[in-house]
Order: sequence, then structure tokens, then C-alpha cells
Amino acid sequence: MSNVELMPASVAPAQPDVAPIATPASVPPEMILDVRDLKKHFPVKGGLLRRTVAHVKAVDGVSFAMQRGETLGLVGESGCGKTTVGRTLLRLEKATAGEVWFEQRDILKLPSGQLKGLRRDMQIIFQDPYSSLDPRIPVGESIAEGLLIHGIGSRQEREDKVREALLRVGLHPSSMQRFPHQFSGGQRQRIGIARALVMEPKLIIADEPVSALDVSVQSQVLNLMRELQQEFGLTYLFVAHNLSVVEHISDRVAVMYLGKIVELADRKQLFSVSRHPYSKALISAIPVANPKIRRQRIILEGDVPSPLNPPAGCRFHPRCWMAQEICRTVEPPLEEKVPGHWAACHFANDVAASLPKK
Amino acid sequence: MATTLPSASLPLEETNIQAESQWATVLRRFMRHRMAMISAVVLVMIFTASFLAPFITPFGRDTIDLNNRFVLPFTPNSETGQMHWLGTDHLGRDYFTRLLYAGRISLTVALVSTLFATIIGLVLGVLAGYFGGWVDMLITRTLEFVATFPLFIILLILVTVLLENENLIPIPGFILSFVMWITAVTREREAQVIVLVTVVIALLFWTGTARLMRGMVLSVREQPYIESSRALGGSHTRVMTRHIFPNAFPPIIVDFTLGLNGILVLESSLSFLGFGIQDPIPTWGNMLAFAQSYMFQHPWMTVVAGLPILFTSLAINYMGDGLRDALDPRMKL
Repeated sequence: MSNVELMPASVAPAQPDVAPIATPASVPPEMILDVRDLKKHFPVKGGLLRRTVAHVKAVDGVSFAMQRGETLGLVGESGCGKTTVGRTLLRLEKATAGEVWFEQRDILKLPSGQLKGLRRDMQIIFQDPYSSLDPRIPVGESIAEGLLIHGIGSRQEREDKVREALLRVGLHPSSMQRFPHQFSGGQRQRIGIARALVMEPKLIIADEPVSALDVSVQSQVLNLMRELQQEFGLTYLFVAHNLSVVEHISDRVAVMYLGKIVELADRKQLFSVSRHPYSKALISAIPVANPKIRRQRIILEGDVPSPLNPPAGCRFHPRCWMAQEICRTVEPPLEEKVPGHWAACHFANDVAASLPKK
Repeated sequence: MATTLPSASLPLEETNIQAESQWATVLRRFMRHRMAMISAVVLVMIFTASFLAPFITPFGRDTIDLNNRFVLPFTPNSETGQMHWLGTDHLGRDYFTRLLYAGRISLTVALVSTLFATIIGLVLGVLAGYFGGWVDMLITRTLEFVATFPLFIILLILVTVLLENENLIPIPGFILSFVMWITAVTREREAQVIVLVTVVIALLFWTGTARLMRGMVLSVREQPYIESSRALGGSHTRVMTRHIFPNAFPPIIVDFTLGLNGILVLESSLSFLGFGIQDPIPTWGNMLAFAQSYMFQHPWMTVVAGLPILFTSLAINYMGDGLRDALDPRMKL
């Protein structure tokens, strides 16, 4: 990691409305992605007239930046909004508010006519390899679909690219004519990767790419992703809920809780010195494959509050053993506590030493 | 992408599975369904026989022979000695001959109107399911409106009105001559009747297909592979034609066979009641209607005239059954 300023936007001075194509002075060119205060609220309709009665705040002000070639792990438990972040970045969901600067352009403001170009540079790997491939289309055609949509190459060139991509993910080129149901889960996920790879993207959003696979296959797919990253200089946003997987593949890790990032740091720092009690609790729950090591696990009490009506102040305070009066009223901003380590906690520096009372 | 070699960590996997397209699988499974296969053979025979009628039988379709009325099946003609396989009717016309020609008309009407009804239903169903919102609202309301019609009565009224004013809807000449060629009718007026009946049935029978298709599209639309195509930049047209349609389509095949069957019987009932295609053009329905007048003196007539309807609709039903099983991946055959 270089010492580039990886400042998330919530700390940045408020950006005035800029024209969609203009480059803001604050996005340095080595940044591939800069997400600022991204929000996605899903309306809840109810009553006789189907009026909007409330909003599920799935993503409520998320900011982070990504450097070219890095892997940012985005972790959090189910329902914290991590998948929604990925989908909103790809404009598969319409964002409620915020800015997403990708390659010097605010892609949330791109007219839908210009989306196609973006689709080429940003690819997604889906969670479920069983349902993310069309069962009625041979995998060769599935892989070539992006090339076809973007009018890349002749028929023969496309076929060569597909062949190459299949080889690259360790599948025989004769797989082209086969159908998804003739492959195993791991093979299908590799097809999914080939499908993203063939487009030569700059950024790949991997939405829990290994959580549907069994453990032996997981490592295979992860190692493949890593090799491909080195070879093609890919940037990954790796969405996952499995901390061991994230620790394995990420350069930096962002922890989400209830629609917000609570901690963002270098992998090693985050796993050794957490500065947010939630991350600390999460990390303490990672199983260790050694029965002799006794780890002190932190058991959180209660449940994740509803994103319909998140708690006032710090969103984590109802479950936090460190909560003080200030946590109930003042929401802690995501701040850089030490260089390269952001945390949204009033007592960030005390987290490492503290443990819940028995 | 740079030139690439197989990755070191991942040995190439040669999967020893026979590449078999989904349709080949379906065909193989269908072949294993005995009743469906028998039915398919029966249907093919009925179709070929109908269309080869002039070469199969020595009698004319409308040739009246008053010396040979109500001849029993398997009895030769008293003058020429030619065999009346299925007997003759009240005017001495050969039943076998007329049933063959009637099959040509009945099957054509049923096939063509089911085809059109299915196409209308498919298009509207896909549009409603895929776009949702006001498109869905408009199509679904229209569908419900059409579906609340008492079908048979509307059909009776429409056919009657149209038959009395045959030029109300201008039918292009080439369609008429095509119909005349297919169904072997000689007068333009007869062809007109056939076209009108077909059109009216098609315009009233698309609702079930549309509803089925809409439901299928609604479920397919939520599949991740649809989203993955959108994420690659696929247009609406592409997603609809390449992904949604092929995946939502299989139940329509079964729906088609059932619809065909229903319309075959419907056209027969229409003719039976005297509102459809009229004598001397034979259809299975109006032949049954005439047989019914002599039911008590010559009970065999109703059996002879009713058999083709029975066999055809049974065969179509079994085929639909076989197709449904063959297309359902959860069924182990």
C-alpha cells in the first residue's frame, strides 16, 4: 500500500453539484473508484393507496475510495447493505443519493445511453453460480454475450477470446458447447469469472463469489481470482460475509453495519487492532482451526435493529458494551483515527483494550 | 487479454459429459413416454390421411348417391361395388371420404386459430410480465375484460353477424385462395366462412396463454442470469428475446396442445349447433350434427362421426401430457 490519501468522502468538504462529466479536483487519477455518501433507500408501500409509508435505509451514507489494482473487502452480516452497495455501483439499483466517481466520471449521473461503456469496464461476479448462468444457453455463448453486446471482434475473434478465457480459468475449451447444468458449482463460478474476464474490465465487483461453494472449491476460486488480478491488474470490490475469506484476499477491509461503514483499514491493522467494537466482535468470532488456542469470543447481545428505523446516535450503541451517553445522541463520523485507519466510534482508541464485562 | 496458458494452480478439467442440448434431452424423454409416442403417430396418420384424401378414396366429397343412403360401415356400394368403409350418410355421401376432407378443415381451423391465439398471448404476456407498471395494467385489464366474455355466446353472435355480412371484414384474396387450397373447398364463400371462424376464435382465445406467459415471465425476470445480462449492457429486446422468452416458453408448448384440443372441440360444437361452417362443407362438428338427426334409426352414424374428434383430442391430450413430463427437469423418466 502506498501512502496515497485514501480519504473517504464523508470527511471531505461538501462537494457542490458538478456537471456529470467534469473531473472533481479531489479525485486523484490513481483512484479508480471514489464513492461519496452513497445512499439507497427502498420505499415501503402500504395502506389503501399504496403510498410510501417508510424507507428501508439499506445503504445510508457510505463513502470509500479504491486504488487501482487493490482488493477492498466489504464485510458485514446479512442485511447490512453490502450487496446493495455493489449493485448500486453498477447501477443495477438506482441510488437515492450520493456520488460514485469511476474513472473520473460520476457514473450515477451518466445518462442511461452512456451506461453501455461503463458496463464494459465494470463487471460483476454473482453469488449464486447456479442461477447466474442462463440454463438454456451454452456457456460459450454466455461468456461471449458481453462481447456480442458491445460489438467486440468478429465471430471468430469472439470465439478465440472465449476459448482463451475458459483456458485461463482452468476449463477445457470444449466446455463452450456445454450447458450450465453439466458443470459443478466451482466450475460454474469459474465460468462466471470467465464471463467477467473476457470483457477486460477495470473493476470487478465480486458479490459473495464463493459463499455458495464448498470450502475446498472456495480456495481454488479465490486463488484463481488472485492470479487473474496480478496478471491483468484488476481491481476487486470483494463483498462477503466470511471474514476468513476476506482476510485471505483483501488488501483493505471495510466493515459495514446497518447501512454504514463503521471501520475501514488495511487488512492487517483491522484484524490486529480493531478500532470499532463491532469489528472487534466480528473478528473474535472467526473460528480458529486449532483446539488448543482459547480465544475470547465476544458475544453481542440483541439483534441488528431494523433499517426501517435505525437507532439514534451511533447505530451500534444498543449492542455495544462500551456505549456511553454520547453514543446515544451523537452519531460518530467515520474519521481517520491513525493514518490509513478510519473508524466511526467515539472511543476508537480504547476498543483494542476493552472487553465486555462478564 | 494477453496470451494465456492454463493456470498452474488449476489443472485443466476434461469433463466427460456428452454435450446434449436441452431440446435433445426433451426429445429423448418424450420418446420414452409410450402413450405420447402412440398419440404422435396417430396424429401424424390423421393429418397425412386428411391431406391425401383425394388419393385415398375413390368417392367425391359431395357426391350424392340416393340409391345408397344409410349404408352400413364395411358395405360395398350396391352399383359400383366400391367399399364404403364407414358407410354413407342421409344423402348417400361416403362417410370415410367426408371425414377425411372434414379433418382437413377442422384441423386447419383448430391449428391456425390456436397458433394465432398463442402468438397474441405470448407477445402480450411477455410485454406485461417484463415491463410491469402501466403496460402490465393495460394488458391485464384488457385480458380480464376479454376473459369475462361468455365465450361461446360471443362466438355464436360474432359468427352469425359476420356470416350475414361477409364483407364487413375484407379478407385479402391470397388468404382466401390459400385457404381454398389447404382445405380443398371450391367456393370463395366457403373459404370466407372458414377464415372468419378462425379469426374470431383466435381473437377470443389468447387470454389463457397471455396469463400463463405473464406469470412465467414474472418468475424468470427475477432470476440472476437476467440481471447478469443487464449488467453486461444487454438491451431490453436482447434480454427479452435471448433470455426471458426461451426460459418462459416451455409451458406454452403444453398450453398449445391443450388449446388446440379445446378449439377443435369448440369448432365442432359451433358447427354442431349450426353456427360454424355449414353443409356441404364437411367438418367433424357438422357431420356429427347431422348424424344426431338420425341417431335413433341409425345409431352407428353418431359413432362414426364422433370417432375422429375422440381420437384426435385424446391423442393431443396425451401428447401434451408427454411433453409436459419431458419438459419438466424434476421428473425422472
